Parts: sequence; C-alpha cells; structure tokens
Amino acid sequence: MRRLRAVKDKTARYFMLGIAIFTILFLLAIGLSLFFKALPIMKEKNLWVLLTSSDWKPFKGDFGFLPFILSTFYVSLIAIIIALPFSILTSIYLNSYASKTVKRFFEPVIDLLSGIPPVIYGIWGTLTIVPLIANKIAPVFVEFSSGYTVLAGGIVLAVMIIPLLISIMVEVFRSIPKEMIDASLSMGATRWQTVKKVILRKSISGIIAATVLALSRAFGETMAVLMVCGNITQIPHSIFDACYPLPALIANNYGEMLSLPSYESALMFSAFLLFIIVVLFNGISRFTLNQIEKRYQF
Amino acid sequence: METNETITLKKLINSQSIKIENLDVYIDTQHILKDINLTIPEKSITCIIGPSGCGKSTFLKTLNRMHDETPEVKISGKVFVDDENIYDPHVNVIDTRKKMGLLAQRPCPLPMSIFDNVAYGPRIHGIKRRKALNQTVIQYLQYVGLWDEVRERVRTSATRLSIGQQQRLCLARGLAIEPEYILGDEATSALDPLSTKKIEELFIKLKEKYTIILVTHTLRQAKRIADYIIFMYLGQIIEAGPTEEFFNNPKKQLTRDYLSGSFS
Repeated sequence: MRRLRAVKDKTARYFMLGIAIFTILFLLAIGLSLFFKALPIMKEKNLWVLLTSSDWKPFKGDFGFLPFILSTFYVSLIAIIIALPFSILTSIYLNSYASKTVKRFFEPVIDLLSGIPPVIYGIWGTLTIVPLIANKIAPVFVEFSSGYTVLAGGIVLAVMIIPLLISIMVEVFRSIPKEMIDASLSMGATRWQTVKKVILRKSISGIIAATVLALSRAFGETMAVLMVCGNITQIPHSIFDACYPLPALIANNYGEMLSLPSYESALMFSAFLLFIIVVLFNGISRFTLNQIEKRYQF
Repeated sequence: METNETITLKKLINSQSIKIENLDVYIDTQHILKDINLTIPEKSITCIIGPSGCGKSTFLKTLNRMHDETPEVKISGKVFVDDENIYDPHVNVIDTRKKMGLLAQRPCPLPMSIFDNVAYGPRIHGIKRRKALNQTVIQYLQYVGLWDEVRERVRTSATRLSIGQQQRLCLARGLAIEPEYILGDEATSALDPLSTKKIEELFIKLKEKYTIILVTHTLRQAKRIADYIIFMYLGQIIEAGPTEEFFNNPKKQLTRDYLSGSFS
C-alpha cells in the first residue's frame, strides 16, 4: 500500500515534468520549422542584404526587409511612449489615491479592455484615429497625410497595451509592503512625495518587466495595426508616413502569390525574424533586469 | 479675555505634552477605543501595555493621525498636542506627523541608501543644502551609535544591514525630522536581546529631550524603561500611573490578574 502511493507520487511527478517539457518543445518546434522554411531565401541571398536593404520587389527577386523591421520598431516605440506615462499614472492613482469604490469600478473595466478583440480596436482606429490624424493633427506639421500612419498604428497599439500595463503595474505597486509606505507618510511626506521617492523607486524593476512584456505584445500585434498603418513598403521618415510592420506583411500576403517559391520563403523569413526579435528582446531584457536588481539591491 | 501674555504662558506650561479628551475610535462598526481620557507627561517614557487586540496600536496611530490613511476608521474626541487639537479641521496633518517620530514593529528601511534613509525626512521637508544634510545624517547616525558601524558604506543599500542595525537606522531616520515625540509600536519585538538592549538604552537617553510613548508586549521591558504605565483592556484604559506604583500596588483587580499572568 505504502509502496503503491510512492509509485503514484513518482509517476505523477514525472508525468507533469514531461508535460512541462512539452511546452518548451513547442517554442523549439516553432522556431525550427520557421528556420527551415526560411532557409532557402537565406541560402539564396546574403543575410546582411536581406536585413539592411530596402528594395522590396518580390517579382524581381529583391527582398529587403529593412522597411518592415523599422516599421515594427517605430510603431512599437510610439505605442510604448504613449502608453507608459498613461499606465504608470493610472496605476499610481488606483494604488495610492483611489477609494475602494473607484477601484472596484476600475479594475473589471480594465480587465474587460484587455479582452476586446484586436479587430475591434482596428475598426475603431480606422473610424476615429485615422481621420483625426489626417484632418486635425497632421496638417499642423506636414502638408499631407492620409492618416494611415505610424502614429495611427502607435496610438491604436498604445490603447491596446495600456490595460495590460496597468494590470501588471497595479500588482507591482500592490506588492510594496504597507509598512514602507507608512514609514514615509509617518515622517510627514505627502502622498506624492511617497509615490515619487518610495513607490516608484521600489517598483522600477517591475515597471521594466511590464514594459518588456507590453513591447513583446506590441511587436507581434497584427490585426489592429495592419488596419491603420497604411501598409506601404517604405522607410517611414516621420510619424505621419505610412508604414508596413512585419506581422502585417505576413498576414496580408501569406496564401497569395505563393507560386513564387522564393516569395514564400521570404515570408517565412519575416516570421522567423519576428520570432527571433521577440525571443532576443525577452532574453536581453531579462538579463538587464537581473543586472539592475543586482546593482541596486534596495 | 485672554491677553497674549497669558496664552504664551499657558503654552510654556503645557509644551510637549499630549492631552486626550473623550477619544472614541471606530473601525467600520467596531468600537475599538472607548472614551479615552488621558494626559501623557512630557520628557518621560510612557509604556502602553495590555493583551493583543486591546487597542494599543490603534491608540498610537491616533496620535500621528495615521488613521487618515484608512477611510473605515472614524474618530471622535480631542487629542491635544502642544495645546492644539490635532483633529481640528484646520490642522495640517503633515505638521502633526512632523512632530512624531515613529518606530514600527519591524524595521522598514526605505528602498535607498543608508544616507538617503536618514536624509529622507529633512529632504521632504525642504532641506536641500548638501552640507546641512551631511551634518544631520552624521549627527543622528552617531546618536544611535550606528555611525562607526556604517561610515564606510553609508551610500550602500540600507537593506544589507542587520535587523538590529536597521531598527537603529529607522530611529535615526525618525529623529532626523526633529520631532518632539517618539512613538514606538512594539519597536523591539523583532529584535534579538542585544539589539533590544541597545534600543532600550537609546530610549532612556532620548527621554531627556523627547516625550516617548511605547506600545510594548513585554511587561519586563515596561518595568525596565517606563516612567509611566498605561494598562489597556478591550479598548479602555483600566489603570494608569507611575511605573513603581503600578507594578507594586495595582488598584484594579483586572490589573492584578494581568500582572499575575491570568490572561495575556
């Protein structure tokens, strides 16, 4: 009887280990299959040229990915620049100022926001943000803009990642010991002084981690961005130019024109590229986070 | 009619004392403190004792208005600090807290260096000059006997200090806001005997300049350092008086039972 229990325990343990390994294998499997599909184009062309050229003429066999790569970064950067202050201030308000009633109202609404399908954000962007940029914002700075721009993509993406950022940051702020906040307040610090000097300082690594997660999400977001950023193959020179991020390239073209074998491989290459960007980005930021925590062990 | 002169005179007499009149504290509908009337003598150590849940910590928090942070708490009555009712609507909570240095149960260094911890109070109250800050920090670290232990590493994180050192740091941090009162909420309960002794010695040294009010769980500590004892039970003050009288000749049956260990 006792032995049977021990055997069961062991079996359960190794079974679950197996399942856990399986999830890691998914990552590996996706990476590998993308790699092998992208291999033909990487053999055919110089990798450096693929990454740095901006010539995109699939029928002539020119595949330069630079416009797509830069578009992806620009849109994500704009999104995070808009979203960060917004979500930091909101989460601080919810954590340190809001009454229980306000919190009880806000938190489910924020959860709801992160559950709205991207395509709805896309439509909303097309109907409101794009015309707003074309008619009101862009004319102040440039002669003409269609409204389908880097900025539009950035704004829509920002709205999408704000709920994610807020829900993580609220948790980060909540994890700060109450005694620490009381210590500051009891010395006669105002709430705002406490926020600036204690709460933000204590949660810096949590804020960075949240930002990384949001950026990874932003890199990969496809539908909503695709609908508002114009999808023109060019290197955008201002936020009022159209752009064409990597996920949009794949979503728009996969399934069409695959009669060109190198074209299919090129699309696979862009998927592989996106995959690598996200993996590398996560790795690097995890490393930096560790360094930060080591150096400023407060 | 009161002339200016009589007012100043009155202030002199009552300076640095706390007087509490008809204080009632509710948390939601629970009646936590019941009709507290009390005067706390200045420049001495007053220990508040009593079983867990009797309202000791709640009482301490009413003195520096930390209950402001919890909307569920309702307070009625008057608490006079330096002749001013701190629950008067025109009183600024920051001024009140600046008069009270708080030492919490467990040391809680702020997420910054040792130096910045002590400089925190002066800084938030507007002192920017580096020379003045340096002086203040060194002065109070010396006062709590920490300076020689940390002078090489005042710029490193405060969390790397031992627990006992952290508590002395917190005391220095509290003193640096130049309070008149020191409130301690079981300030030694997380410390080892040696660190406890150091803190207790500091309290005795501090009472020359400050009025000290301590919540404590250990009767022996109260016996060792207190000048006055307040015994609380179920939100009421049962007995209060000078230490010797309180321990040798308690007047209430409830006090005698508590002192003999019938309940705790």
